[in-house]
Amino acid sequence: MVNARPPYMDGYDDILTSLDDTHVLTITINRPKARNALRTQLLHEIAQTLNKATSDDNVRCVVLTGGDKVFAAGADITEMADKTSVEVLQDPRANHWRTIRDFPKPMIAAVNGFCLGGGNELAMHCDILIAGKNAQFGQPEINLGIIPGAGGTQRLTAMIGKSKAMRLVLSGEFLSADDAERAGLVSEVCEPELTIEKATALARKIASKAPVAARLAKESVLKASDGLLAEGIAFERKAFALLFATEDKSEGVSAFMEKRKPNFKGQ
Amino acid sequence: MNFETILFEKKDGYGKITLNRPDVLNSFNETMHKELRDALLSCQKDETVRAILLTAAGRGFCAGQDLGDRAVSGDTGPRDLSETIDKFYNPLVRLIQSIEKPIVCAVNGVAAGAGANIALACDIVLASESASFIQAFCKIGLIPDSGGTWTLPNLIGMARAKALAMLGDKISATQAEEWGMIWKCLDKDSLMEEAEELSANLAQQPTYGLGLIKRALNAAPTNTMDQQLDLERDLQKLAGFSDDYKEGVSAFLEKRKPNFTGK
Repeated sequence: MVNARPPYMDGYDDILTSLDDTHVLTITINRPKARNALRTQLLHEIAQTLNKATSDDNVRCVVLTGGDKVFAAGADITEMADKTSVEVLQDPRANHWRTIRDFPKPMIAAVNGFCLGGGNELAMHCDILIAGKNAQFGQPEINLGIIPGAGGTQRLTAMIGKSKAMRLVLSGEFLSADDAERAGLVSEVCEPELTIEKATALARKIASKAPVAARLAKESVLKASDGLLAEGIAFERKAFALLFATEDKSEGVSAFMEKRKPNFKGQ
Repeated sequence: MNFETILFEKKDGYGKITLNRPDVLNSFNETMHKELRDALLSCQKDETVRAILLTAAGRGFCAGQDLGDRAVSGDTGPRDLSETIDKFYNPLVRLIQSIEKPIVCAVNGVAAGAGANIALACDIVLASESASFIQAFCKIGLIPDSGGTWTLPNLIGMARAKALAMLGDKISATQAEEWGMIWKCLDKDSLMEEAEELSANLAQQPTYGLGLIKRALNAAPTNTMDQQLDLERDLQKLAGFSDDYKEGVSAFLEKRKPNFTGK
């Protein structure tokens, strides 16, 4: 449904934003040609939007979506190609992820199509996931000779357990929407045409509750795993940066861009 | 598109695909798999194609796998048959199921093995009275594939499915119609005419709604009634927003013929 309201944030290229009169802010990732790849600019725009929404009493719940076809197919590989370990450690992306992580209000991901790598990590930063039947979840970073770098290893394990998380992270396999529901990654699977609508309906329900209670409820639920997560996320980030110094990462990224099989050597 | 092993034409609103290896009863080799897939994908994408007719040239419909094809021939040691299933047969059956347009199959002659099950995976199956269906797999030590073990019990019940799968009996088109395995058995001479008429007619119908009907019925065998009720609610919601529904209701009230667009 097209919203005639002015965008919540002006002058953005990578996302669409709209706030309705039920206090629900919808953020739509909008780089269809790049299958919504999460380039740094895009993360920056999401972070800025959430920054504004944090102190805006008119926003009580957020729906984050990529539209009908794809949530986000991962990071932008072209950005990743020439990055060094040191650049990864100093990457502004980490600040954007922190802003998203610290957003205190309830946020629902409405996921259709590919939800991979950084896309899946972004979805897992949300508090509730609703998926269309066509959704596919995965952390295929291993195919590039790297690992998830925005908390994927930690959040996925917390959400679906060690064995299933290991399988996805180590093999690069995907999880279908139905499997993701069984595994506990998503709360509901629906017809792809209705994903955003169902997420919005739920967001409206949440937005009608006491806002302070909702914030503290979110914070409390996150405390169930947050203490353990922080250390793991810091470790994962260093391991992720370290891998950017390996030959296998260069080979993995080149192979991906040249659409061939990588030849990993353990170097 | 240029094809070697199939004929493909876009007619009055529908795409007609004819398997065209009549000397080998239209059995599948790699090329025919790829070409059939390309033609189906083209029909799926093309908004002006609102129904699909699948049929075959010559006296047979499809004899299933071409056993002489190198991918499955056993003459150089044992073959892992799961490879061709993963690569070709399963994606084909999944594609037939997932294209949200009515797919008519006109079975013009014998449909054996995967050939039978691919025909039965289509939405409305017509067959010439000279046609027959054979689950030939058991005769060479294999099991029905291309969805046969799922499709058959759903169409004709477990008792008949088991006997057919284990005995490999040839079932005539007349018998198939009596058992509800197919929609209709027709005269040999009128099969193609009726199949084309039916396809052209389907293409004029509210095809968006027909696609949703297909989605609902495909989901039914594995859903509980409760899940199915929810699915009907959700799909009816989508159908209710369609142009075709609006057109259908206004045409009815204005007592005129509806002009459906498939949207």
